[in-house]
Amino acid sequence: MKKEERNAAITKWVLIGITILFLGIMLLLPLIVVLVQAFRGGIAAYMSAVADEYTIRALLLTLEATLCAVILNTIFGLFASFAVTKFDFKWKKILTTLIDVPVTVSPIIAGLIFILLFGRRSILYEWLKAIHIKVVFAVPGIILATIFVTFPFISRELIPIMEAQGKDEEEAAALMGANGWTIFRRITFPHIKWALLYGIVLCTARAMGEFGAVSVLSGHLRGRTNTLPLHIEILFNEFQYIPAFAVSSILVVLAIFILVVRSVLESRGKKEYES
Amino acid sequence: MKQKRVIPGFGLSIGVTLTMVSFIVLIPLACLLMNVTKLSIGEFIEIITRKRVLASFYVSLMTAFVASLINAVMGMIIAWVLVRYEFPGKKIIDGMIELPFALPTAVAGMALTYLTADEGWVGSLFARFGIHIAYTRIGIIVALVFVGIPFVVRAVQPVLEKLDPSYEEAAGVLGAKRSRIFWKVIFPEVLPTLFTGFGLAFGRCLGEYGSVVFIAGNKPYETEIAPLVVMSKLQEFDYESATAISLVMLVVAFVVLFINNMVQARNAKILNGGN
Repeated sequence: MKKEERNAAITKWVLIGITILFLGIMLLLPLIVVLVQAFRGGIAAYMSAVADEYTIRALLLTLEATLCAVILNTIFGLFASFAVTKFDFKWKKILTTLIDVPVTVSPIIAGLIFILLFGRRSILYEWLKAIHIKVVFAVPGIILATIFVTFPFISRELIPIMEAQGKDEEEAAALMGANGWTIFRRITFPHIKWALLYGIVLCTARAMGEFGAVSVLSGHLRGRTNTLPLHIEILFNEFQYIPAFAVSSILVVLAIFILVVRSVLESRGKKEYES
Repeated sequence: MKQKRVIPGFGLSIGVTLTMVSFIVLIPLACLLMNVTKLSIGEFIEIITRKRVLASFYVSLMTAFVASLINAVMGMIIAWVLVRYEFPGKKIIDGMIELPFALPTAVAGMALTYLTADEGWVGSLFARFGIHIAYTRIGIIVALVFVGIPFVVRAVQPVLEKLDPSYEEAAGVLGAKRSRIFWKVIFPEVLPTLFTGFGLAFGRCLGEYGSVVFIAGNKPYETEIAPLVVMSKLQEFDYESATAISLVMLVVAFVVLFINNMVQARNAKILNGGN
């Protein structure tokens, strides 16, 4: 029996060792290399890279696209998850599959479909040109691509929670004469608030970091249609490693912040669920 | 036969949902299909069977498969360690798993390239033995492993947590060795979700672009993945080829998704049937 226990202890520490080594190299080391390289040229070089005019413009465009995507997808996520979980209707399965399509589609295809829809060869092109709206290789295209890739992020968090909660409480409230808004505000919302917040955090993270789809739709015009990740790519390809890593470090810090928020929200949600 | 809906707000929520799904997902995807129908079948086949295109399909499938396989093995170990063992720093490791979701793929790709280049921290260790990581297929696999880590871990973890310990205890009482208990009792229970995690990671890796472009070196026939071919066709304004190749990628993505959903539905049936 002794030998068995000793073997179990060896297995335990070997497996823990493998886990720490693997995650240390694959996840931690990339973060460390970004931070080290960012400050290799000293604080002054870091600051000049971060405070660069093009960097700030790229940051503002990224924030603009992210804000649009988060607002729109939050509205969508709330309505969609309410419709899917509180009512029965035909074709529900098809609807939920369609909602999930954007995460299975390659970001490059996500960019391509909007080029086909609004680009030079589309029937909409002449019409859009007449009213002076440029979508492809311009800011609206970037916003559309960002909305598309993060489309199901909030409904995905909400649907399982609302499904588990069932609809008895809402039905009881409705029978007692409460209207839709009151039902949502007083009954549904308290159940989903942490999941909603988590969904918004995830959506923000993905929207800020989206690269492929935005890269297809952006004209790569510095200062005009460059988002933060695209700006980083240009710097890296020009061998400007210190500025590239300095700008990346903003996104690294943001990613760490998101992970911390996530674990806080998760333990919050769990506690409330248990009590 | 119409069932009366008790909860108010069906019309509004389904209306908003359908409108947004149509505009963001359905119409753009339909547009892609319409563009493909402009090609004759002969032209379509000619485009997707070009040597360079076929090579890119092969590189995409091969690297995604190997990376997901590595992730399945490592994900199983990590999930096991996180569920079964207590050790200092466990909470931090658990929180780190989602880093690939939170960190923009471009930043990850750049950091991994810098690390694994022949003069990088990790690359220099391997270069001594004549193994080159960055700018080869191994590099692509490294990037895809990074992207896929959370999928397997987060699929397996909840199943391991919910596993009924009484079977293991029974097997132990009957005198089975620990390794035998794992392979005969635990592993068969986890296998279906392990497959789901593998499928999710595989699907994601097939379309991945941001992290791969930096590390791949993008040599035709060697390290050029399918999304990259689409991107270069778009830059040449060769929309016919881009659309045709995208359709193939889309079909493959849907097949992966479909198989995955079938496995998941079967799992759910088994799980619910047990209760």
